[in-house]
Amino acid sequence: MALLEREQEVPFKAMQTTNLVDADGNVQVQRRRGPPTARLNPEQAVLQKRQLQASREYGRGKSINTKQIKDKKARANLKALEERYKDATLKAKDAEILLENTEGFLEPEGELERTYKVRQADIRNEVGIETAKKGFELKLEGLGPYMCDYTRNGRDLLLAGRKGHVATMDWRSGKLGCELQLNETVRDAKWLHNNQFFAVAQKKNVYIYDHHGVEIHNLDQHIEVTNMEFLPYHFLLATIGNAGWLKWQDTSTGKLVAQTSTKQGTPTAMAQNPYNAIIHVGHQNGTVSLWSPNSTTPLVKMLCHRGPVRSMAMDREGRYMVSTGQDSKMAVWDIRTFKPVNEYFLRRPGASVAISDRNLTAVSWGTQTTIWKDIFSKHASASTQTKVQSPYMAWGGEGHTMERARWCPFEDVLGISHSAGFSSILVPGAGEPNFDALEINPYENTKQRQEAEVKSLLTKLQPEMISLDPSFVGTLDTASNQQRQAEKDLDRATGTQAERDRIETLKNRGRGKNSSLRKYLRKKGNKNVIDEHKTRVIEMREEQRRRAKEAKAGKKVEELGPALARFAKKGG
Amino acid sequence: MKIKALSRATSSYQAPGSDVARQPRNLDPALHPFERAREYTRALNATKLERMFAAPFVAQLGRGHVDGVYKLAKDPASLERVASGSGDGVLKVWDLPSQDEVWQAQAHENLVKGMCWTQDQKLLSCGTDKTVKLYDPYNTPSNSAPVNTWMGEGAYTAITRHRTHPSFAVASSVISIFDLNQPSSVPTQTMQWPTSIDTITALSLNQTETSILASTASDRSLVLYDLRTSSPLHRSILTLSSNAISWNPMEAFNLAIANEDHNIYLFDMRNLSRALNILKDHVAAVMDVEFSPTGEELVSASYDRSVRLWKRNEGHSRDIYHTSRMQRVFTACWTPDNKYVLSGSDDGNVRLWRAQASARSGVQSARQRQKLEYDAALKERYAHMPEIRRIARHRRVPAQVKKAGEIKSEEIKALKRREENLRKHSNRKDTKRRSEREKMVLATEK
Repeated sequence: MALLEREQEVPFKAMQTTNLVDADGNVQVQRRRGPPTARLNPEQAVLQKRQLQASREYGRGKSINTKQIKDKKARANLKALEERYKDATLKAKDAEILLENTEGFLEPEGELERTYKVRQADIRNEVGIETAKKGFELKLEGLGPYMCDYTRNGRDLLLAGRKGHVATMDWRSGKLGCELQLNETVRDAKWLHNNQFFAVAQKKNVYIYDHHGVEIHNLDQHIEVTNMEFLPYHFLLATIGNAGWLKWQDTSTGKLVAQTSTKQGTPTAMAQNPYNAIIHVGHQNGTVSLWSPNSTTPLVKMLCHRGPVRSMAMDREGRYMVSTGQDSKMAVWDIRTFKPVNEYFLRRPGASVAISDRNLTAVSWGTQTTIWKDIFSKHASASTQTKVQSPYMAWGGEGHTMERARWCPFEDVLGISHSAGFSSILVPGAGEPNFDALEINPYENTKQRQEAEVKSLLTKLQPEMISLDPSFVGTLDTASNQQRQAEKDLDRATGTQAERDRIETLKNRGRGKNSSLRKYLRKKGNKNVIDEHKTRVIEMREEQRRRAKEAKAGKKVEELGPALARFAKKGG
Repeated sequence: MKIKALSRATSSYQAPGSDVARQPRNLDPALHPFERAREYTRALNATKLERMFAAPFVAQLGRGHVDGVYKLAKDPASLERVASGSGDGVLKVWDLPSQDEVWQAQAHENLVKGMCWTQDQKLLSCGTDKTVKLYDPYNTPSNSAPVNTWMGEGAYTAITRHRTHPSFAVASSVISIFDLNQPSSVPTQTMQWPTSIDTITALSLNQTETSILASTASDRSLVLYDLRTSSPLHRSILTLSSNAISWNPMEAFNLAIANEDHNIYLFDMRNLSRALNILKDHVAAVMDVEFSPTGEELVSASYDRSVRLWKRNEGHSRDIYHTSRMQRVFTACWTPDNKYVLSGSDDGNVRLWRAQASARSGVQSARQRQKLEYDAALKERYAHMPEIRRIARHRRVPAQVKKAGEIKSEEIKALKRREENLRKHSNRKDTKRRSEREKMVLATEK
């Protein structure tokens, strides 16, 4: 926009029109396009504006300056490529007329009206019957507080009570899927990639059930799990328990991909960033650490609150994080730069926070839930964001302690689970109005669901691809030349022989209780990485111990003679 | 208060009772996370599938020949017929759709050295028994007598026909031009490089620039002639002699020659002192080379028992074809539809291969075609990724070819090392190194 304005301010001199026919009657051919600062004619201006909008909404980053490229062939190729990208953004923009639905809204008509004073009953009266039915209450007293989770397409709901009551339902038609009484503590429940499987974090282990409620897996490596997240594109179930061990389990192959200790005590919150599949873990001391399965140390540690972090949520494009803490604050963070945007005061610590597809933030605190709008905006920088004075909507105050708030994908619905059951409330303007049926389809039939499952398994992403910047895949490796030369060095020892030599040197440096192998295992044996090298060291250590033991036994036989040696204490 | 909430009717996405579901799209990038990573995964899958479906060998034609196949000639006017000539002087004509023999004749008493089809779909062949014979396989039964015979003085080694004029050129130690319409055995023209007396090994008339003739001889020379002036134009001497010539059908001034030094050289006929490109991968003499009808690719047959396919502008082959029973390959050619490759080898078989190992002929649905096109685009986009490149390049190569390749690379390294050492310790230090593309040209003459 700024560019356009600048161009329209160009003085009139630049826009001289020339007579196309000169005095002799010869037609002049205009070849030059005019100076670069010349004023655009209205048509061009509209086109340029449209191009700017399109590349802002559908573009994939900055374009390359092709003029700087010296190589002729590369320049021509890249120029053609840039042209194609530009064309693609314009076509995507043109395809917008095919979108069928428009988002919902809640707008005050007079100056005195306030959106946060609107009650659920008012909304239900205003909208159609079908939509009004989406707001409902489930009274489930005595087994709460409840946890809730929607499937990725928002069609099914999973409810899990703290005391072991687990139920799934197709909430739109009100059909119960399965119902379980587990008779033990349930700390969290989560749908996996579709409505066929769900994981429940129970008293000791995590269990996976199918849609009939039949237990199909017991993940016994996940102990006392408090929070779970499912990464749908990687098919990874990430869990964290009281001991602070973060574990990623591949649900398609069943392998434990990685496990790492957060070393910060019992975690207080966990959430995934849907944009880059990074796991955010909130700790007792107010820090939030960011984890990927590829490193044993956190990628980022940020101090967010003065007191334990209670909950976190990231927007779908991975730009902002909203966190609540025991200090009764709700903080908005820009997680591209890790800078604070704004801080809001809640009267009680926020127990749960969730961000909808259209960036509405629901925060549950005490017995209330408030919904905020525009507390961060997509294109503004952190310093220019304004603090919102009043919430968009509010709900609650009936004395039920809030447990968890979750937005239903592709619907104007917020699901709130609390001590007395579950409430589904209508929040106009929350959901993404237009879904992409080839990505997530809320109206899929069985065939489509099965096909989508196969397709998603075929394009399953490897855990190594998880990184803060998900678009690093496929980019050129721009490691320094020096480093590459070092790797190329042919004299550098590599391979199994070098490995063996390394261990040999370790082995020959002494034995006994503090043998160098043992010391190596203690100091360098990174506990969750079991590679060839480590297994060999372990084997060698075992061998060493066995030999020491045998030698000792042999010595006894020598001392006591063959007849008495059998009465000697073993190992003593 | 103005209130509107989302409401969609389930029936609008799939009408009750219908099994057709509507699939609306939304191209907003926010709805499609991890697009780079997912695209890469798809590209990887596509590459793996391509290698899984790679089955280049289609069939061998009929029951082959009794002796080795030394020459193949495709009928440029037909997609179906191809002729082969063997070491015992037998010519056979094959029908490609049925992969079977349709015609044969005992043409020569000795090796068939050259064959070509005339404009009116008759078959010319020459052999070491000093004759050129003209057959009519389309209209006569098998083993019928030749339509015409030309007797010469020396053993003939190669034959090529003029694109428009009813005449052909045939080579022994000189090049003789005969008229197809005159049954006499007297050539209308004879040409040779004035100082050269060696046997000519290959001969090819340019089919676009129709008067230009190229030949290679056992004195290691590559000579260009012009029929209009009836004189040689240019000669360059290479380090080793060449076995075959092929003109690029799309760029009439470019030609490829198959050399005894395991390489294929691409030359511009306007500048024979420097190769346009060198195709290196064979580990034995290259016996035959041919440009594809599109002029973008080449096929070569080699004494190392393999057929290789090349891209014109890349230095290494894009594919290698071999079977355990295939012996020394002496000839290879493309079919005129650019989809298949034929090879003739010492074991007497004519083999039919796919030009794209993983391609399949047959009718494809629109969806299938779309998928293949999408996959091809993905593969191209992520071709630089190490894993994809590794999978796409991997080929199982016969042990003897692999071993020979290893030995050859060691030898070349040793030679290079030796030359560098010599340079380092002599007064040639400051002389310019000759480029790899010029090295094999020893001399050029006009």
